[in-house]
Parts: sequence; structure tokens; C-alpha cells
Amino acid sequence: MPIAHTYGNNIDTDRIIPGKYTKTLDIASLAAHVMEDLDPDFHKKFQVGDMIVAGDNFGCGSSREQAPVALKAAGVSVVIARFFARIFFRNAINIGLPVLEIPDHDIETGDLLAVDLASGIVENKTKNKTYNATKMPKVMLAIMQEGGLVNYLQKHKDYILE
Amino acid sequence: MPQTIAEKIISNHAGKKVYAGELCIVPVDGCMATDTTAPLAIKAFKEMGGTELADKNKFHLIIDHAAPAPNERIANLHNLMRSFAHEYGCSLYDIGSGICHQVMVDNHKVKPGDIFMGADSHTPTYGALNAFACGVGSTDLAAVMLTGKIWLKVPQTIKVVLHGKKLQPGVSGKDLVLEVVKQLTISGATYQAVEYHGEAAAQLSLSQRMVLCNMVAEMGAKTGIVSPKGLQLPYDFEPIEADDDANYSRVIEIDAAAIQPKIAIPNSPDDVHNVEDYVGTKISYAFIGTCTNGRLDDLQTAAAILKGKHIAPGVRMVIAPASKQVLIDALKDGTIQTLIEAGATIINSGCGPCVGSHEGVPGDGEVVISAANRNFKGRMGNPNASIYLANPATVAISALHGFINTPKSQIL
Repeated sequence: MPIAHTYGNNIDTDRIIPGKYTKTLDIASLAAHVMEDLDPDFHKKFQVGDMIVAGDNFGCGSSREQAPVALKAAGVSVVIARFFARIFFRNAINIGLPVLEIPDHDIETGDLLAVDLASGIVENKTKNKTYNATKMPKVMLAIMQEGGLVNYLQKHKDYILE
Repeated sequence: MPQTIAEKIISNHAGKKVYAGELCIVPVDGCMATDTTAPLAIKAFKEMGGTELADKNKFHLIIDHAAPAPNERIANLHNLMRSFAHEYGCSLYDIGSGICHQVMVDNHKVKPGDIFMGADSHTPTYGALNAFACGVGSTDLAAVMLTGKIWLKVPQTIKVVLHGKKLQPGVSGKDLVLEVVKQLTISGATYQAVEYHGEAAAQLSLSQRMVLCNMVAEMGAKTGIVSPKGLQLPYDFEPIEADDDANYSRVIEIDAAAIQPKIAIPNSPDDVHNVEDYVGTKISYAFIGTCTNGRLDDLQTAAAILKGKHIAPGVRMVIAPASKQVLIDALKDGTIQTLIEAGATIINSGCGPCVGSHEGVPGDGEVVISAANRNFKGRMGNPNASIYLANPATVAISALHGFINTPKSQIL
């Protein structure tokens, strides 16, 4: 079962993927440098499918979509935060990286988590607790369920609000 | 029901009156992407099945973040943008044109009342023009390129009232916005609009208004908009003003006349103090430029401090004019010559060292004083350097002395 790797508040996109690595379409090279300045041991600890769990305002700063792209390419299955910076939140969903806002979580590194994206219910097997993610607008949920905005627009050709 | 400026602009585009919290799909008046964000946007646009732009006159590509290309990988991405512009008929502002936001404003690509989407987090800068402008990522931008529209939630608005007639000597828009960032914190305006009012705001130039809106990104805001009161533009426009009794999530009142020169210390733009408290901190690198403080008035301020003098031994000073127009104007009036004679290095108009791509990465253990907007760890390309953020006057006087100093020490 995937485990949580926790980070604090206000993790900016410069620390998720430094600006010097962003100018590329080589997704694998982004994954290689993800979280480099924040947690140099990230790749040693992280197993594909694991989750990133943060506090307030995850993904603040630069609008670089390379941040969620790098996390997804590194094998992050979902990012949970108390709340996200707005551009990162949209970007993650648009590129098919699931994100959930859980304002009152007490998840710690190493906790085993089971996530149901459709309902937004997260089970913490380690702590034997359940959390409910903040409901997102229908259009966002639909984009997330399609695996991103590219798939969504290929299918629907336009936005559908309701 | 009364409305905020953001609610009015979005209503004008939605074709009905909308209020904070409502979701809507709106037509976009302009959009742009840079060499950091355009390659992914172009890729997503093509994957979406895009064969033509919704409106080629409303999409702009700017090569500014690593320009000219520092390596072959980025050179190829620049060529991808050039080919796209050629094939799809949109405008391309190539190397040397300047920073995306300054280029859009200089070339009147955004106007009062517009909704503008930029694939760069400092896009709210255009709120200085009484426009609703948001930063988005590459894939959202691709969808705007394809459909000409975006879905958004009408934001709640925080009202910031800047009282007072005259700012203290050495104080500029940068110090006012640093004070707002301090009060709101780095996440205090998340999902919200920040609306500026008050006597002090009304007398600010377009350049200084741009500083106020630029750094709402450092509060997590969706957009920042200045009341059109006192706004002077070289063309006629219809101002959009908030209703007196509009509904605000929060009102912040600041005595702008009492604000002292401010400094954000490493490693967060909301860790703001008075410059006075940091006088004497040794620096080895001073930087003036960026979409925050690389305009003509910023360069002139630095030149006035450095005229006939020389920066301290052991200090290097890098200056990146915000656009080609700024560079030309600063050449014509002698500002550039003054700065070069004082020991500054002028680099190409563009984002330069701000994003750590090239043109001036600090070394390990170095302390940088910068007129930019972000001082996150690693921001300028080296996680082992420290970055202090201040106004251009503070940066210039600190370069002169070799340590952080307050511009109050040299009243202009």
C-alpha cells in the first residue's frame, strides 16, 4: 500500500522543480530533479505510487506546470494538502495528477493511505482514521476523472459547467 | 447588488451579473506564454487536436525567461516557438524584446476592462491597467488558445486602502506592496482578488501600479486590480470602478505616508521588515530588473543614487531593463551610461537572473540584494545563496556601500 511522505507549509514550485531545469519537454529529466532543493533524499525514500502530503498552500509561486508534471513523472499517485496554491491546483488536475484538499488532516510520514478519488474519502490505515476531501467544482472533478484537460477537451470539445 | 471591480469585469464578459463564488465560462481578450510555459502549452494544444488558434491576434509568444538561449536544449525550444508563431500566425516577441508583462503593456496588448490569461504567475501585473488578469499553467493556456475561453470561479475580493498623500523619501510602490504581502502572508489572498484604493494609490504612476499588482502573486491571489482613479493612459478608456458598498472578504487600511523602506529577508517574500533593521548586512551581488522593478523609473532611481560614484569593491551589480522600450528610453536619457560608469553590468532585456536560468547565478554563501519579487531558496539558481528583496533605491545604495543600507541615508 502506498505511504505518505509529508512536507510542511508553503512549499513553492521553485523547490518542487528549480527554474534551471524547467525549460525542457523531456519529462524524465524533470522527474530526476523533482524536490531536489527541498529534500535531496527524495528519490531514495520514495516508491512509485506513494503520496505527497503537505500543509497549507502547496505549490505556491511560479506558475510552472513542470512542477505537477515532475511529481507525476516521478510516480506520485496523489498529492494531499490542507489547501493548494491556485495555479498549482488547476495545473495538477489539468495534467492528470490527482490532488485532494483535506483541511484538517493529521497525516504523518509513513502512514499507509487508501484514497478514493471519486468520493474524496481518504482512509489512514495507520491511524485508523478517515478524512473527507473538500468537494471540488463538477467541471474540475470531470477533468480529473478524464485524466486531464487534454483528454477532457478531446472528448467534450468545450467546457461543461454543470 | 453592488459589485467589486473583478465582479464587474467578469460580469461584462459573462453576459450576466455574477458575484463571488459563482462559476462561469468567459471569453478571453488576450493570452500569452513564455519560453518556460509555451513549449508545454504548444504540446498540449496539439494533443487537444488544435489545428488553428481561436484568435491568432489574441495570442502572443514571448522569449524572455532564458533569452538568448544559454544552451542547445533551450535553443531548440525557442525554435519550436518561432515555428509555431510562423505556422499559426500569432505574434512572437523574440529575444531582446523584454519581459512578457512589460512587452504586453508597452505594446497595448492588454487594456482596461479586459480579461487576460498569461502562462506566468506574475500576469496579475496588468491589474495596474484596471484589467482582470490571471496567471495560469500551460495546459489551461492551451485550452484558451483552442477555445478562446476559460472557466473560472468569480473570486472574493480583499480591499486594500492606501491612505496618505506623500510617500516617505526613498519609498516606492515596492515598499507598499511588501507591507501588504507581510500583512496578508504568502497564502493570505489565495483564490481571491486584491483591489487597491486610496489617495496614495490614485497618485501612483502606471509603473508603480504595476508593482502593486505584480506582487499579489506573492499573496497567492488570483488577480490584483487598482482602482482606475488617477490612471493615465495614452488612449481613451472606460474605467471600471467598484461600487461603494461592494462586498469584500476583508478590508486592509494602510497609512502609506508612514511606510518606511521595506525588505523581505530569506527565504520568503512575506518575511518583511524595515530596511533599517538590516543595515550593515554584507552583500556581494545587487540585481535590478524583472517584471517587478525593471522599468525606466526604477533604473532612473538607481542612476540618481549612483551618479558620479562607483559600487563598492567586491560587489557586482547586474541590471536587466524590463523591455526593449525601457532600454531605449534609458539609453536616450543617459541612465544606462550613468549605471555603467558606476560599475553596473547591463544585461539583455528579459527575466535574467530572477529565475536562475542564466546571466548571473549567485555562488555558494553569497548574499544578494534584489529588486525582484521572490526569494525562495534556490530561486536564482543556487540553493546555497540568500536573497533579500527591496526597492531599486535600496538595492542601488546597498551596491554603493557593499552592505544593506536604507535609501533614507541619501535623500534624493
